[in-house]
Amino acid sequence: MNIVLELVKVLFAFVLVMGIVPLLIWLERKISAWIQGRVGPNRVGPFGLLQPLADVVKLLFKEDIVPTNADKGMYFFAPLLAMVAPVILFAFIPFGPDIVLADYTFKLQVCDFGVSILFFMAVLSTAVFAVAFGGWASNNKYSLLGGIRAASQLVSYELILSGSFLYILLKWNTLSFRELIEKQAAYGWTIVSDFPFSLLFFILFFIAALAENKRAPFDLPEAEPELVGGYHTEYSSMKFAMFFMGEYIAITVMCFCMSVMFLGGYHFPGVVDVSGNFLNALLGLAVILAKVFILIFIYMWIRWTLPRFRYDILMRLSWHYLLPLTVILILVKALI
Amino acid sequence: MKKFLTCTYLNLIPGFILTFRRMVMTIFGGHFTIQYPEEHYPFRQGFRGEHRLKQDELGRPKCVACLMCQTACPANCITIVATESPWPDREKVPQSFQIDLLRCIYCGMCEEACPCDAIELTPKHMQAAYFREDKVYDLTRLLHNTE
Ligand code: SF4
Ligand code: SF4
Repeated sequence: MNIVLELVKVLFAFVLVMGIVPLLIWLERKISAWIQGRVGPNRVGPFGLLQPLADVVKLLFKEDIVPTNADKGMYFFAPLLAMVAPVILFAFIPFGPDIVLADYTFKLQVCDFGVSILFFMAVLSTAVFAVAFGGWASNNKYSLLGGIRAASQLVSYELILSGSFLYILLKWNTLSFRELIEKQAAYGWTIVSDFPFSLLFFILFFIAALAENKRAPFDLPEAEPELVGGYHTEYSSMKFAMFFMGEYIAITVMCFCMSVMFLGGYHFPGVVDVSGNFLNALLGLAVILAKVFILIFIYMWIRWTLPRFRYDILMRLSWHYLLPLTVILILVKALI
Repeated sequence: MKKFLTCTYLNLIPGFILTFRRMVMTIFGGHFTIQYPEEHYPFRQGFRGEHRLKQDELGRPKCVACLMCQTACPANCITIVATESPWPDREKVPQSFQIDLLRCIYCGMCEEACPCDAIELTPKHMQAAYFREDKVYDLTRLLHNTE
């Protein structure tokens, strides 16, 4: 019985994250269109909602070209990793309060254990392998450049992410996402309960998350005007789609993580309490999804507002400004 | 550090406000897109598209087959075969009048050259066809080439 329930939960989480992706692709196009004074996709289905589906069908029917001199094993492995790693990340995110079924407590989180934040970080850093492998295995100079850029960028910004995780650890004294939410429910969301620090760390984390997801203005690894397509230049058909979907899944997961760490996850004062029944769980899911979509909107807003950084500015931003700031803030927080 | 704090990054804020306002304006105030196959851009007077031969008040073609347009045409795409006029007020009428729209450069010289104001360029501009022959317009087609 329990194992069936758990499997259903895993399936639900997978469907949830895979269901968000086409929505995000649609949303991205719509928002970019609105910001530029256009209408965006509106032909396929109501409001163009079926556009991502049409894209997938198109991509499936495209010819899958493998470069002759590509390193076959790595070449096939990279898109797989690009998509699987963010999906695994989602396993650690609690997306709703517990449901108590008779004597069985059903956690709306695929995998809850004490050090989930640590694990989250570990899996998060595999993202760099996907792009580095993809760039290197394609045997193409543009891909290689894209891969190198991605690797250095991801490594530099991961430090800031780790700093923010460290802050969360200092503040709440826990490494479990679920406990984090429970504590936030009890003592107020991170972002308001520890005002100047939390906001600064939230901004730092947000910037680093943008860079981790290779989103504009940090999308140098796939800068079209300079690098053709960056690390996925040589990928076509469904392999490209996997990189693409992986990117959106990573964005979703990052937003989930941010909402859990700083915005109280599924908790909303007055609406959702931490332990409860089925309705409460649904409300919690709605709350966390609302938070995630607000964050995702900000992601897209940033993407369609800012131009791309120059590479040296990108590096300087991380190593000269953001990283020292993170370290100083952590030191101050630790001393207080 | 001073530069970082003062100008470069704070200047982003007006940009964000701008794009947000733009977005709200697009959602509530409309957009610039023209839904092409259904909607068309309204063309100005004097747009040079497909040709049309005008008719007079009696329904006869105004053209008197003087070949001025054929001579003036820089792309050599007008072919006129003249025949004797059945009416007393003119000497010739066109027996056949062909314009190869695939050769035409839409310069409007024919319109300028015509002494009888018989040929004009309409705003029609959709030049898609399945066969090349479809784009060689003959007399009847030109006479009835209206919107
Ligand atoms: S528009 Fe110019 S090119 Fe076309 S038929 Fe008239 S004179 Fe010739
Ligand atoms: S110039 Fe005018 S009247 Fe003369 S042949 Fe051409 S259309 Fe006819």
